[in-house]
Amino acid sequence: MSATTLTADHLHTHHEEHHDGKENALFGFWIYLMTDCILFASLFATYAVLRHNYADGPTGKELFDLRYVFIETMFLLFSSFSNGFAMISMHKKDRSATLKWLMLTALLGLGFVGMEINEFTHLAMEGNGPDRSGFLSAFFGLVGTHGAHVSIGLIWMGVMMGQLYFKGITPAITSRLLRLSLFWHFLDIIWIMVFTIVYLMGVL
Amino acid sequence: MQDHTEHAHVTSTSNTTGFIISLLLTLVSFGMVAVGHFPISLTLAVIVSLAVLQVIAQMHFFLHLDSSPSQRWNVMILIYTLIIIALLVVGTLWIMYNTGIRMMPMMH
Repeated sequence: MSATTLTADHLHTHHEEHHDGKENALFGFWIYLMTDCILFASLFATYAVLRHNYADGPTGKELFDLRYVFIETMFLLFSSFSNGFAMISMHKKDRSATLKWLMLTALLGLGFVGMEINEFTHLAMEGNGPDRSGFLSAFFGLVGTHGAHVSIGLIWMGVMMGQLYFKGITPAITSRLLRLSLFWHFLDIIWIMVFTIVYLMGVL
Repeated sequence: MQDHTEHAHVTSTSNTTGFIISLLLTLVSFGMVAVGHFPISLTLAVIVSLAVLQVIAQMHFFLHLDSSPSQRWNVMILIYTLIIIALLVVGTLWIMYNTGIRMMPMMH
């Protein structure tokens, strides 16, 4: 490695600076994620208040298909897993492996968003859109906000795949990918609460 | 370079561990509701506990949050956020539950 030709002192200083900048950016992004948690908490609170306001419309038990939601959950969990491998490949400076894992992560995320759009369209077509009842307004508000986050994450991932392909694994791209990874894992964590509180409790 | 490879190795193990734990917890949650033989209150308690466990597992294995000094500020902000969330959610449910009760007689 060329780094071995540097003096220990030089190497140390360089490493520290690099480390600090990346850490600060990650810390700032972590604060954003925590504010996003508060956004989701207010949507969850709204859902909890409105969850039985069916207005003579359908209940969660009638609308939700557990098998469908389980497959959606698997798409997101597997994408979180493959995203972890993308980060490992990135740390190993293996560009093509990072790209492949990111591609798989994006495809799994796309599968999740596709299934959710399909679910929403079916509900709306059957007259059970967000205007049907307080329960459905809260449902679309909460699950839709999560889905919008995943969609934005997918656009971000597409941009990062382009940057990786054309520029390679530079320190700036590594730093961006770390934040994207944090965002992606965070969305999977929010989904745990969504499938438990909305879907599983909905069919109980 | 020693640092990097070691870091990558740790991540690989924790990534797989986190995934397997999450998969098992998800399967038990869905399975318990799908089978449906259990009392509702028990099912409720179990799926909420499993969800909390899975959130903690993913934060530990995927986000690498722990008690190490490098994670101190991340954890501090997380705890602060959890307090805000508790106030927000418990406060909302408390107020809206009371409002609901007070509105009842007017519906007759």
